[in-house]
Amino acid sequence: MAGKVPVRLCVNGSEYEILVEPRQTLLEVLREEIQLPGSKEGCGNGNCGACSVMMDGLASNSCLILAVQADGKEITTVEGLADGMQLHPLQQAFLEEAALQCGICTPGFLIAANSLLKKNPDPSEAEVRHHLAGNLCRCTGYDKIVRAVLKAAAAMRAESSKEEVSA
Amino acid sequence: MASNYRVIGTRPIRPDGYGKVTGKDQYGADTFLPGMLYAKVLRSPHPHAVIKRIDTSKAEAFPGVEAVCTGADFPTVTSDEAIDSGEETISARFMTALSMANHKVYYKGQPVAAVAATSPAVAAEAVGLIEVEYEPLPAVDDVLDAMKPEAPLLHGDLYTERLTGEEKRPSNIAKHIQQSRGEIEKGFAEAEVIVEREFNTQMVHQGYIEPQAATVQASPDGRLTVWTSTQGAWQIRTQMATILDMPEGRIRVIPTEIGGGFGGKFTPYVAPVAAVLSRKTGRPVKAVMKRSEVFQATGPGSGGYIRLKMGAKRDGSIVAAEAFIAYDAGAFPGSPVGAACLTGLSPYTIPHLKIDGYDVVTNHPRVKAYRAPGGTPMGMAVESVVDEIAVELGMDPIDLRLKNAVGPGDRMTNGVAYNSIGFKELLQAIKEHPHYTAPLEGEFVGRGVACGFWTNGSGTSTVHLNFNPDGTVNLIEGSTDIGGSRASMAMIAAEELGLDLSEVRPQVSDTESLGYNDGTGGSRVTYATGVAVYRACKDALNELKSRAAILLEVDEAAVTFSGGIFRAGAAKEIRIQDVIKQLGKTGGPFEARGVSGSLQRAPAFGASLADVKVDPETGKVQILRWTQFQDVGKAIHPAYVEGQLQGGAVQGIGWGLSEEYSFKDGHMLNPSFLDYRMPTALDLPMIDTHLVEVPASDGPYGVRGVGEVCIVPPPGAIANAIYRAVGVRMTELPMKPECVWRTLQTAQQEQVSETSQAG
Repeated sequence: MAGKVPVRLCVNGSEYEILVEPRQTLLEVLREEIQLPGSKEGCGNGNCGACSVMMDGLASNSCLILAVQADGKEITTVEGLADGMQLHPLQQAFLEEAALQCGICTPGFLIAANSLLKKNPDPSEAEVRHHLAGNLCRCTGYDKIVRAVLKAAAAMRAESSKEEVSA
Repeated sequence: MASNYRVIGTRPIRPDGYGKVTGKDQYGADTFLPGMLYAKVLRSPHPHAVIKRIDTSKAEAFPGVEAVCTGADFPTVTSDEAIDSGEETISARFMTALSMANHKVYYKGQPVAAVAATSPAVAAEAVGLIEVEYEPLPAVDDVLDAMKPEAPLLHGDLYTERLTGEEKRPSNIAKHIQQSRGEIEKGFAEAEVIVEREFNTQMVHQGYIEPQAATVQASPDGRLTVWTSTQGAWQIRTQMATILDMPEGRIRVIPTEIGGGFGGKFTPYVAPVAAVLSRKTGRPVKAVMKRSEVFQATGPGSGGYIRLKMGAKRDGSIVAAEAFIAYDAGAFPGSPVGAACLTGLSPYTIPHLKIDGYDVVTNHPRVKAYRAPGGTPMGMAVESVVDEIAVELGMDPIDLRLKNAVGPGDRMTNGVAYNSIGFKELLQAIKEHPHYTAPLEGEFVGRGVACGFWTNGSGTSTVHLNFNPDGTVNLIEGSTDIGGSRASMAMIAAEELGLDLSEVRPQVSDTESLGYNDGTGGSRVTYATGVAVYRACKDALNELKSRAAILLEVDEAAVTFSGGIFRAGAAKEIRIQDVIKQLGKTGGPFEARGVSGSLQRAPAFGASLADVKVDPETGKVQILRWTQFQDVGKAIHPAYVEGQLQGGAVQGIGWGLSEEYSFKDGHMLNPSFLDYRMPTALDLPMIDTHLVEVPASDGPYGVRGVGEVCIVPPPGAIANAIYRAVGVRMTELPMKPECVWRTLQTAQQEQVSETSQAG
């Protein structure tokens, strides 16, 4: 077995310096070494999106990234979406809209939707569907997920316009 | 209409939702224990072969490997006893072979050995060092080929089971089911329109996003603790006890959260392997399947061949139906062909019937239940032929169905009479729905409708309630929550006890903390576990009433309960929360219990209404608009009921348009989510739903299970829409672009040759 390599990761705002095997994926390191199992492995080859994390602001399949490639990067996992006890508007909308059934794909959808709303705060239904096409959900038929993302987008727009007014 | 209910019929946030949106809930692969080892299974590369020799010495010597096991480490199970496997039973010896082969392999991917090592990578490398010598045998790759007398036999000791006559020769036909009513020849003689079609469908996978996973800790006293994601903790316990030949009471199954199942997560594929490896090492062993293993070595949904002939009179009355159904069971007997025989033609009152169903083994993975197991291929066949009859007769397809639709008192094809059902109400709702009459514009567009029936299950559930000093209630159930059932169970309790939903905390129990529970399948949880909750609440109120009488200082007989308040006359009253808070003063803690069993079935009818556009150049079918209808009895949490309809519809759309196991000589060619194509958000429109509420005969509120029937009608609705868009009848699933394109080409060529002959 090859020797281990030091890697620095900033995950959900916390700094980690760890030794990883060169063949270990970012997903495996997040789940097994950093003990953040919120990111899930559904397929292991980038087809289902359950392992989605934000890496330097981009939604990425962590099962397709080696941990050594993530050296020095900033990672956000589903565990880092909420602000302490304050849910992210997407998390709140998913709950209110019943946009999850079994919940295994939910972390990946939240991350993917978050990356969309960062780029495009006012997406159309078609844009939401296009952006979420890399994430598979087998329970919901996507209807309530798409509605939840649109609802969260509206809530986030309302919040930011409130902030602008008060500023 | 104003609702009589305070909680039921509302849409609260599910109590277990927070752990799921924050990534905190633990699923099957999320068990991490100190000193844990990782298992990896070596699987057969051959669909059919004799195992001549296994040499594990190199793997055992590999650094980091702690234990290796093969079939020799498992008890020899020879019994044919039918073991409860959730939505089906399976012969004990065949069930054991799904966890580990012994001497022979029957499908590609069947386990032949396994390794436990200090990391997943070491385990994966070490299984590659195990040497297995096989003698490959010819593979049986198709149901109709398998039925031929000259076909290679999978099992030398398998004889066709049927009601009459004894088989002398072994066969790949495990069972022949026969149903009949009236006189079939007479029926067709009366018919003025006869349609006969053949249908071919393929195996499909449930496609749950979470692969099977289990972690097992063996203890020196012979006990096992199993953490696994399953639809039925008690069924896992029963099956593991059989496979490992040990008493059930020595196995504790702790269900984790579950990432989808749809019928496919009742079987302990990897847990027995982890158990054997844990016994060898004394350490906890985790086994998690890879996606390719899930496709090739778990139980998909059955495909097969159907020939269906139906006859009707000019007035639209269907007078005769004859069906030949052969379903692929995979390596061991047990396809859901019985359900196909029962559910396909039961929606219609047909005086003359003949149904022959065949359960056929092939060298494919052994099938398992998949949402309304067996219903969808037969539903496609029946609803296509019914639609064709409507076209032949020039009748509206809903009117034709209304003319023949079953109602309470009519009989299913097996002779059992229906209790309360809402099929006619459902058909009427479709007719009156704006989607049904909305104009459909453009070229190559069509609208199709299809219906489906599912008997639904009931079974046994146990529920306990206990009480907290702050006046709140804990609800302990044994039904795995696979899509929001904790919410509906807590809502029933809140309704009955007059509490706020936040005052009821639902929890799913392990197998040692609660009495027996059937699994989460057969659309049974909201119905049967709901009844157990309801009865537990009645049990609780009985006792709480006597406690209230003590606190109110009145005779118990004087106490009444409504809206969460115990009253004695006009002046004396106390809230249920205050009675609960003072249990210590009135006799101490107690636990309330509810058990359900022997409930009548609460059958479900559903329908799909589909608008499609066909691209004649490529054969690609696009869904433009979709409405899913269902008689749900009473929706406890309407949002999650809609979710079931939407999810079932989309699985049906996937089955209809793109999903299939593509086999060549017993090898699956597409064992990944890239090549096994499930619908994405981009492939679909919004899925509208329309809930019809015809109360069921038994149980509180008129609830019916809602999970399954919604997957039955979509392929038929799409096929009927394609016919109306481009004029061809699709008789294969999936209706993928090349298939639609080829059907269009054939139709065009036939038209050309007819025209030239005529010319």
